[in-house]
Amino acid sequence: MSWPNVADVARADMVGANGMLAAPFLQERLGPGTGLEPEILQSPILGLSWLDLVAASGLVLLAVGLSRWQRLGLTGSLIVGAIRSVVQLVLVGYVLVYIFAIDQWWLVVGALAVMLAVAAREAVRRQEERPLRLYGMTGLALLVGSGFTLFYVSLLVVRIEPWYNPRYLIPLFGMIVGNAMNAAALAHERLAAELRSRRGEVEAYLALGATAARASRGPTRIALRAALIPTVNSLMVVGLVALPGMMTGQILAGVSPMLAIRYQIVVMFMLASAVAVSAVIVVLWNRRLFFTPDEQLRLP
Amino acid sequence: MSTVPEAAFRLRDVRQEKSGRVLLRGIDLVLPRGRITVLLGSSGAGKTSLLRLLNRLDDPAAGEISYLGRSLEEYPATELRRRVGFVFQTPVMFAGSVHDNLREAAEIAGLDDQEFPERAREALELAGLDPSLAHRPAQELSVGEQQRATMARTLIGGPEALLLDEPTSALDPESSEFLLESIRRLRAERGMTVILSTHRHYEAAAIADEAVRLSGGAVVESGEAADVLA
Repeated sequence: MSWPNVADVARADMVGANGMLAAPFLQERLGPGTGLEPEILQSPILGLSWLDLVAASGLVLLAVGLSRWQRLGLTGSLIVGAIRSVVQLVLVGYVLVYIFAIDQWWLVVGALAVMLAVAAREAVRRQEERPLRLYGMTGLALLVGSGFTLFYVSLLVVRIEPWYNPRYLIPLFGMIVGNAMNAAALAHERLAAELRSRRGEVEAYLALGATAARASRGPTRIALRAALIPTVNSLMVVGLVALPGMMTGQILAGVSPMLAIRYQIVVMFMLASAVAVSAVIVVLWNRRLFFTPDEQLRLP
Repeated sequence: MSTVPEAAFRLRDVRQEKSGRVLLRGIDLVLPRGRITVLLGSSGAGKTSLLRLLNRLDDPAAGEISYLGRSLEEYPATELRRRVGFVFQTPVMFAGSVHDNLREAAEIAGLDDQEFPERAREALELAGLDPSLAHRPAQELSVGEQQRATMARTLIGGPEALLLDEPTSALDPESSEFLLESIRRLRAERGMTVILSTHRHYEAAAIADEAVRLSGGAVVESGEAADVLA
């Protein structure tokens, strides 16, 4: 196997952009007579050139101007943030183009592993107390929660072919693990806060001979609710307040709105599962970090 | 005293620290079974730190503690705590009514549903809480009533020993006297081992069989109440 050079890859990207690479697969999946096929393949797509992005940067300058006017002290951060977002996205773009072009299962799995590791690190980084064990436990919780959901969606719902098709697997996993990460971070943070503020109650349970699990039942429930509520709320308002980013992207890229919403529905359900499974695992496992094996509360 | 009383708790050279601060040092004590021992000392003397060691809410930094001849660590912590109840200085009620609180404790103690009503009635009676309050939301009770409710919650599981941390500090004199009377009854009728902390000399004198005077985390004096409190 030879590695494609960057220029070839970039060309392939331009030619195959906007869902065209996936078109044969979609065509097969949708079959004739769905009414979607011509739209997907033929709707006019407005490309974006690098020059167009220069024009878009005028919007950041507007924000910079407002920040200076109101002396928010954010001018530097805004500019650095804008530059970082360009550099990071371009790099990710190249990485994706490479992965799509090479199209090998091990490379896709490697990319998913990196995403998972970064998500675990980020979820832990947000905590005040970070014992080393927390990284492993959180990573494992995200692996189970996100892995299960990705497996379910890619094999049973979208039925990706081949199973490692990076054009599907990587964006799906990105959404799954990103949401699972937020839920895990929120759940752990809330659990720690609840145990701290309800220390007396937890110890009153322990003093009666309750196990740590029983003594922390109230805090556990609150932590899980806190982690799940954003997802539940987004299920309630999706499409009413704002169109979700993925769906917007698909529509802008020329996909029929009806196909885009079907994907969006899958995504919403998928996120509910990823968030619920990851949060439950994180809370139930990480709870042990707050107690000794002899059921003593151990708060820093 | 004709016979040497059996030890409930035996502490040998116990030391406790927290965040580098020494809370208890060189504690050597025998706390006899079936008697009322009062830990007397001003705040910061180490009374609470000592009580917390006895049902293993904390472990000592150094030293040995045994209960009925076995090291505390030989007991599963949950079993030890069912046998050695602890009433905190500041009452903490669980959600729901007093009755719900008792039910939680009964479940933790492994009582079955049939035993519950009788045990609940008995626990309320021992703790001196008016049974008509049993269905009131526990968090709406006065501090004194909550103190008695937590006492009932601790007693429902039938502990052999009871640790009480300044149990009367939030009570008016009449309620205090009632609580002390309940404690005397527990000792007399059930042979319960009671370890009670207080900073009030007269209270210690009113109830203690044995007394331990603590100061700055160390035992100053211990022995029969009549001698220590004289």
